[in-house]
Amino acid sequence: MQSSIDSTSVVNYPAEVAHGSGHHAHPDHRILGVIVFLIAEAMIFLGLFTAYLTFRAVSPVWPPAGTPELELLLPGVNTIILISSSFVIHNADVAVKKNDVKGLQLWFAITAAMGAIFLVGQLYEYFHLEFGLKTNLFASTFYVLTGFHGLHVLFGLVLILGVLWRSRQPNHYSETSHFGVEAAEIYWHFVDVVWIVLFILLYLLK
Amino acid sequence: MTQTVPEQAIVTPAHGGSTESKREWRKYISFSTDHKVIGIQYLVTSFIFYLIGGFLATLVRTELATPASDLVSPDLYNGLFTVHATVMIFLWIVPAATGAFGNYLIPLLIGARDMAFPKLNAVAFWMIPPGGILLMSSFFFGAPGSGWTSYPPLSLVDNQVGEAIWILSVLILGTSSILGGVNFIVTILKMRAPGMGLNQMPLFCWAMLAASCLILVSTPVLAGALILLSFDLIVGTSFFNPTGGGDPIVYQHMFWFYSHPAVYIMILPVFGLISEILPVHSRKPIFGYKAIAYSSFAISFLGLIVWAHHMFTSGTPPWLRMFFMINTMIIAVPTGIKVFSWLATIWGGKLRLNSAMLFAMGFISMFVIGGISGVMVASVPFDIHVHDTYFIVAHLHYVLFGGSVFGLYAGIYHWFPKMSGRMINEKLGKAHFILTLIGFNICFLPMHKLGLEGMNRRIADYDPKFAVLNVVSTIGAYILAVSTFPFIFNVLYSIFKGEKAPSNPWGGLTFEWQTTSPPPHENFAVDPVLLIAPYEYGTEEAKEIIKAGPFLATAAAEG
Repeated sequence: MQSSIDSTSVVNYPAEVAHGSGHHAHPDHRILGVIVFLIAEAMIFLGLFTAYLTFRAVSPVWPPAGTPELELLLPGVNTIILISSSFVIHNADVAVKKNDVKGLQLWFAITAAMGAIFLVGQLYEYFHLEFGLKTNLFASTFYVLTGFHGLHVLFGLVLILGVLWRSRQPNHYSETSHFGVEAAEIYWHFVDVVWIVLFILLYLLK
Repeated sequence: MTQTVPEQAIVTPAHGGSTESKREWRKYISFSTDHKVIGIQYLVTSFIFYLIGGFLATLVRTELATPASDLVSPDLYNGLFTVHATVMIFLWIVPAATGAFGNYLIPLLIGARDMAFPKLNAVAFWMIPPGGILLMSSFFFGAPGSGWTSYPPLSLVDNQVGEAIWILSVLILGTSSILGGVNFIVTILKMRAPGMGLNQMPLFCWAMLAASCLILVSTPVLAGALILLSFDLIVGTSFFNPTGGGDPIVYQHMFWFYSHPAVYIMILPVFGLISEILPVHSRKPIFGYKAIAYSSFAISFLGLIVWAHHMFTSGTPPWLRMFFMINTMIIAVPTGIKVFSWLATIWGGKLRLNSAMLFAMGFISMFVIGGISGVMVASVPFDIHVHDTYFIVAHLHYVLFGGSVFGLYAGIYHWFPKMSGRMINEKLGKAHFILTLIGFNICFLPMHKLGLEGMNRRIADYDPKFAVLNVVSTIGAYILAVSTFPFIFNVLYSIFKGEKAPSNPWGGLTFEWQTTSPPPHENFAVDPVLLIAPYEYGTEEAKEIIKAGPFLATAAAEG
């Protein structure tokens, strides 16, 4: 700690940066912001998962008697597609860090296609299931949990398409400036991890 | 003060001529991204909702002045106390404690020019007015009447339209709160001035960091519960409806997983305000900086694992009750650490008994009463006796009014010169304090006895044997209502006619007092660097910093 203070140099204000009339460049902490926000998102899912597990635990029979068996093939394929897309999108991140915008666009386009296939597959499953939203408690939790996750996939898809749209401008993304790419990638990984837990809870845990 | 001339010299270049200052007020109704504007927007908006919530409370107390249900219909009465609680929690204390003071103070306290995400900040604020107006509109459709807890199955059958509006409104306000929390965490972690480690932060920042972590972890779970509840209500699923195989207890767990931490979201920032105010007006260093700082985190961690103490009568198994009872009682330890540290801070100090200090000391005394009745209701056998009685109403008002609201008033008086650039009238401030303290105790102290004797909460009529104390309580409520008038008059008068405030009227050491009152756009003439910790009152350096004021800042900027 400084022991003495003289009026020309310090106190709490050394003249390091003179204050101009305009704005200062504000530091960029957006990636940390995205991660902190995803903690909140994770807590919604954690709350819903815990509710599901509690319903399961307090019901004498689970799923309630008369619930039709879930088909595993389609959701299984869907799961593989979604998990693989996490690896695909990571290539885009690698590409943009080498200033390769074409590569970024290619990998993002493939990820978007995989996400779209997942959503279509899920809708197909919805229309072919033998139970509806109000059939019983299992059916309600099934639709609300997968639907809520599906909305997140949709939002992730919109983010990816947004990045693709912006990447058409030359120099919008570069090796030094690629917040949008990273944010979309982190979000996409998050949505993936949630799906893995969801798949285990709803389809595999008997 | 002699520094007045150089102060203005640095304010003027930041903001233009006189035409601009005439339009100055418009920025307060605009989508401003300046954290100081947003902080004041939060403060004014939430105070307006406080007045609305207070009006509803006055109606409730007027109804309860007589044992019969005679002023309003029982149905409307249910709506009044439900909306009263919702407004006071989601539209007054949470946005005022976190939104208003958090936004106004944090960048100033840590020496930053703004929050980490200014636009997100504005978005979070502008969710509050629509959320609030939506909630108020529920009175036109049959107000939600199942209490602010909205327990199913009651909430599924009673005033369904009002209930749906309530859910939507709370979801909007909760989202706003989460976005604010993200902003506070990133700002505090990443934007501190050079030289300011975590352990040199002003204690309000520690408190806000702890409260923001709670917001981030618990509010989403409430959102999850409300999403499921809205499916039950609107679509007719049966997550929480026993007739369809659902379990209402799951709702209670999810609800209290948020709503118990919400108590700490409402009190931790206020603890922070008190930790700032006491040392300044006692002219002494804070006692136990680290103890106060870390106990905030102890409280927020323990706050996450005590929720089921609200559910001792909900068929919670005995072993689980023991777990939650013990955890709840342990919270008294970090809270006690804070209270004793504050007392030790005041002890032997040269107290400046102005309105801010009076409210801060009122806070300690009233909050301790609420804290002690809190330990009482934490104990299972006692809680089973007083559950859903007026004892709980007394306890929660001592914590939320005697605690949070007294602390918020202390904060308003303390930072009014900084926010407005004018001094506030101390005589009116003291009148406000005395009326508030007297009215508050007359209103809520009798409720302890009413509750112990078995008067139920949330019911419009009651046994005539409770009549006398209820009249006393209602008189107290009227005194409380009257007590806000000197405050409102004082604020309005002082903003326009008050004496001009110097930059550091209280001789504070934290950064906000080292810039002008009100601070210029982007807060500081030059980027501040922390040289001495924030509470080193009485040292030679502190005396020189306080004596020098922003004069040095100006000299440095020119040099």
